[in-house]
Amino acid sequence: MKEYKISAIKEGTVIDHITPESTFKVIEILSLNKNTEVISVANNLKSSRLGEKGIVKIGSKFLEEEEVNKIALIAPNATLNIIKNYKVIEKIKLRIPEKIEGIVRCFNPNCITNFDKMNTKFNVISNGSIKLVCIYCERSMKKQDITLL
Amino acid sequence: MGIAFKGRDLISIKDLTKDELLYIMNSTSKIKGNNLLKGKILASLFFEPSTRTKLSFESAMSKLGGSVIGFGSPQITSIAKGESLHDTMKMVESYGDIIVMRHPIDGSVRYAAEAVEIPVINAGDGVNQHPTQTLVDIYTIRKIIGRLDNLTIGFIGDMKYGRTIHSLAYALSHFKTKMFFISPKELRMPEHYMEELHDRKVKFFEVEELSKISNHLDILYVTRIQKERFPDPVDYERFRGIYRIDKNTLKNCKPSLKIMHPLPRVDEITMDIDNTQNAIYFEQARNGVIIRKVLLALILGAIK
Repeated sequence: MKEYKISAIKEGTVIDHITPESTFKVIEILSLNKNTEVISVANNLKSSRLGEKGIVKIGSKFLEEEEVNKIALIAPNATLNIIKNYKVIEKIKLRIPEKIEGIVRCFNPNCITNFDKMNTKFNVISNGSIKLVCIYCERSMKKQDITLL
Repeated sequence: MGIAFKGRDLISIKDLTKDELLYIMNSTSKIKGNNLLKGKILASLFFEPSTRTKLSFESAMSKLGGSVIGFGSPQITSIAKGESLHDTMKMVESYGDIIVMRHPIDGSVRYAAEAVEIPVINAGDGVNQHPTQTLVDIYTIRKIIGRLDNLTIGFIGDMKYGRTIHSLAYALSHFKTKMFFISPKELRMPEHYMEELHDRKVKFFEVEELSKISNHLDILYVTRIQKERFPDPVDYERFRGIYRIDKNTLKNCKPSLKIMHPLPRVDEITMDIDNTQNAIYFEQARNGVIIRKVLLALILGAIK
């Protein structure tokens, strides 16, 4: 019998298959600490696909494209389930976008984006691991260098 | 698609395909007469000091009949009063037909180019790119050695901060070349540049001593240890003069070795090398004007 560690939601979004070290980052980037709806979080659950996984359920919230892109960056294997009336009405597999604007800070302190009031822009290279290349200073960042704005 | 440069920016050597690099070099024969750019104005914006690049652009523009406005030091402009880069560019846009710009912050020239409609040429942005120097370098190699393939090139000095090396190594990755990066550990080629070369299937090696590999080289590209890039002058003192190319160095090299340097030099190459057939750095500097003439004429649409 399947054991439910956290309760189902009537309406909202379930982010599943998050690698455990990214679960709390997902909460942070979606600013869920400021959300007043019901939120359930479980981490280090057994997963046949990942070994261990995290899951975040957010009541009455449907994600914007920018939010989906942010999750794709830090938890590229995660799946998004859209829930209506306790049923999954849509499953979204995350896809890392080819270009990212304004979500991430360039880690090069001498990059113009850290001096002027302007949008950051990155090309995303993903062949196994993710690399972001700043279109301005041309420096490439690995996943561990990425800090979100 | 055909190759077209009219109205384009030149910000990074990575913006150019191999065919475009060759096209620019092959266009030197199209430069004829002294009024190709008559009536055109070059805005020459140097937010950081430069002698060769600035003068060679300004000379190229004047020799083609155009005129030059601009500044060589931001202290004398309203930037010193706190004007943003974006606003400075918007103002300059209405005064000139093309902008050549150097700036100490990485990525600033691409940002500047986004702010204006007229074309912008990067004359150096921080430690990032210096594409016109690279074009001069590969033009010089091809002119003197006659090819760009099957060459072994040693880069010596400051691999960490030397933007001319980063740009040139990338440009040469279009061709069949083998590269040696010769530097002390502290001034090694940054990891991300090496990864990029690795991804582009370039054969390269890092060594600390020139003497170990000097007999393999067709070209030795020497750079200055740049004082202005060191936050701590004590570190600079440790590394200056660490490599000195003199007549003794040449004994272990191929007689046909060519020595290049983007200049200015401090004491990396002794003056007794200057008159040898190995030294091509003054020719390299002379080629700066012809390549910049070609770029101005192509981008302003005076030649195709």
